[in-house]
Amino acid sequence: MHKRLMSPQRLWLLAGYTAAAVALFCAPLYLSDFRLNLLAKFLAFAIVALGLDLIWGYTGILSLGHGVFFGLGGYAMAMYLKLEASGGRLPDFMDWSGLTALPWFWKPFSSFGFAFAAGILLPALLALVLGYFTFRNRIRGVYFTILTQALVIITVTLFIGQQAYTGGTNGVTGYGKLFGQSLASPETKQTLYWVTVVALIAAYVLCRFLVKSRFGKVLRAIRDGENRVRFIGYNPAVYQMVAFSISAGLAGLAGMLFVLHVGIISPSMMGIVPSIEMVLWVAIGGRGTLVGAALGAILLNSAKSVFSESYPDAWLFFMGALFVIVVVFLPKGAAGLFGQFKWLRKGRTVHEDGDGVSYPAVR
Amino acid sequence: MDVIVLQLFNGISVSSILLLIALGLAITFGLMKVINMAHGELIMIGAYSAYVVQNLFTSYMPSSMFNWYFVAAIPVSFIVAFLMGLLLETTLIRFLYGRPLDSLLATWGIGLMLQQLARTIFGAPNVGVTSPSWLNGGVTIMGDVVLPYKRLFIIALVCLCLFAMYVYIYRSHSGRRMRAVMQNREMAACLGISTRRVDAVTFAIGSGIAGIAGCALTLMGPIGPSIGTYYIVDAFMVVVLGGVGKLVGTVFGAFGIGMSNTLFEYWTTASLGKVLVFLCIVAFLQWRPMGLIAMRSRSLD
Repeated sequence: MHKRLMSPQRLWLLAGYTAAAVALFCAPLYLSDFRLNLLAKFLAFAIVALGLDLIWGYTGILSLGHGVFFGLGGYAMAMYLKLEASGGRLPDFMDWSGLTALPWFWKPFSSFGFAFAAGILLPALLALVLGYFTFRNRIRGVYFTILTQALVIITVTLFIGQQAYTGGTNGVTGYGKLFGQSLASPETKQTLYWVTVVALIAAYVLCRFLVKSRFGKVLRAIRDGENRVRFIGYNPAVYQMVAFSISAGLAGLAGMLFVLHVGIISPSMMGIVPSIEMVLWVAIGGRGTLVGAALGAILLNSAKSVFSESYPDAWLFFMGALFVIVVVFLPKGAAGLFGQFKWLRKGRTVHEDGDGVSYPAVR
Repeated sequence: MDVIVLQLFNGISVSSILLLIALGLAITFGLMKVINMAHGELIMIGAYSAYVVQNLFTSYMPSSMFNWYFVAAIPVSFIVAFLMGLLLETTLIRFLYGRPLDSLLATWGIGLMLQQLARTIFGAPNVGVTSPSWLNGGVTIMGDVVLPYKRLFIIALVCLCLFAMYVYIYRSHSGRRMRAVMQNREMAACLGISTRRVDAVTFAIGSGIAGIAGCALTLMGPIGPSIGTYYIVDAFMVVVLGGVGKLVGTVFGAFGIGMSNTLFEYWTTASLGKVLVFLCIVAFLQWRPMGLIAMRSRSLD
């Protein structure tokens, strides 16, 4: 990096990024409103994938609980929208469940600023707490993964069970306005799309900065040999906690954008299957490469929306098979496959950042 | 007092089913460091085997024999799930040894496909299995507490399986080989144990027990393609709590989780009870990160 700032390769890379950004920004010109909305949703998913890649691809910790963080962000935004739509009265589902006053924890969500901050900080805080109680005790590998999956189960049961406060199975829906603008109008959708693109680029830049910094180096070192990192004198738990909570915060941000695009958040969107699907995006795209993870999310969701419309049954078979194929044959995902092409490797020196996952990542 | 006895009994009943499910998981994880997310689907296979046996009995056997279909269903479930496990191990799992996270994802994919397969064959709605008439009713103790025969039968079945596993692991030749591989794979291989075969057989036995668990679950209510997912996470928590590699740890883990689940849900609500159990498990892991009973080893990691 410090050798030549403008090598031909870097120029090509820069050109590629610019082209991708331009293509994304100009999407409203060549996509129908329906497709644009879909793409916006996928871009929100791509933000989750970036966060997940940070924790799984770079730190070697598999979290099956990102649906919860995604859902918490979504609920934070939905609570604000719901209060806005109810206009001073009690939200309808609370009325149905027999509540007479707004619960105390709903009150601050009437301000957009608080809801926005909570949508990112709440998941990050939850991740930090969970990370504190696990990583510090060196609970890792599958043990941690199983705990995150249990977190998903209990959160979903809790949200369904506390119907008066969370809307139960139906979730929070039935709102249509943000800042007085209708969420359904094409203009708002376009603006929201651009907001999502900006958020995605910001998330990408953040992740890239983290990964290229010394912090990122330690993360990769933890992935490849946690004990060695500890013996050198680092405290892996701190790095793991920070990476995990940044990752959760990104998922929360994505959840907020998702609610704006889709107009509903319910426990079924934070369940076990959506959470593990998020992992599949990263696995397909290529863990350990940020672009791969984001592209994986976009491509897989596009494929899903095309396939599952016509063959919903075959889609599940396909998804199951993808898991097996990726794990057995393509541990580095599509990006790893791409990187094997000779013409891309030409000119690359020995200096490889070691971004690909190498085994044994986990023992 | 009656209520307490009933809750305790329910707790034991829930724990025994959890134990049956977690037994196979704990062994495969301890032995091969493979997390089998398709374990829930092996339960489903066992349950559907019982369903098929029931249908065969109603079609081809005199109706006087129907009550005994369940006796036939248990070994059939075991064998079907055993073969399925063997197939799974030889075609996929053995490529994933030592990669727990990857095995988790791949087997989850397998589970997804098996679920969809069951949905294609048997249809998405749940199917009911008529339990044999000799399991209807129950024992009445202390005046008005009724302990259903079905649950008593399941507890007895679990005890039997546990005893058989104990004999197999600690008293048989192939069990000794299994323990040897679990403790030190390289050394066992040097001494002439075919670790490949030990792995395959152990995985298949774990799967077979899951099949029996599925068969037992048909007594508790209707069965569907996703019956396994309901239990699988709890079963994994049993493994986390109990530690791997020792039968006794799994037993304690199952009873810890089964009992606390029942009691907390009785004291609070179903959803809050689950949260409390989770918090208890995390708190417990602060004290013993490797689970209740862990195999001691001087190797790092």
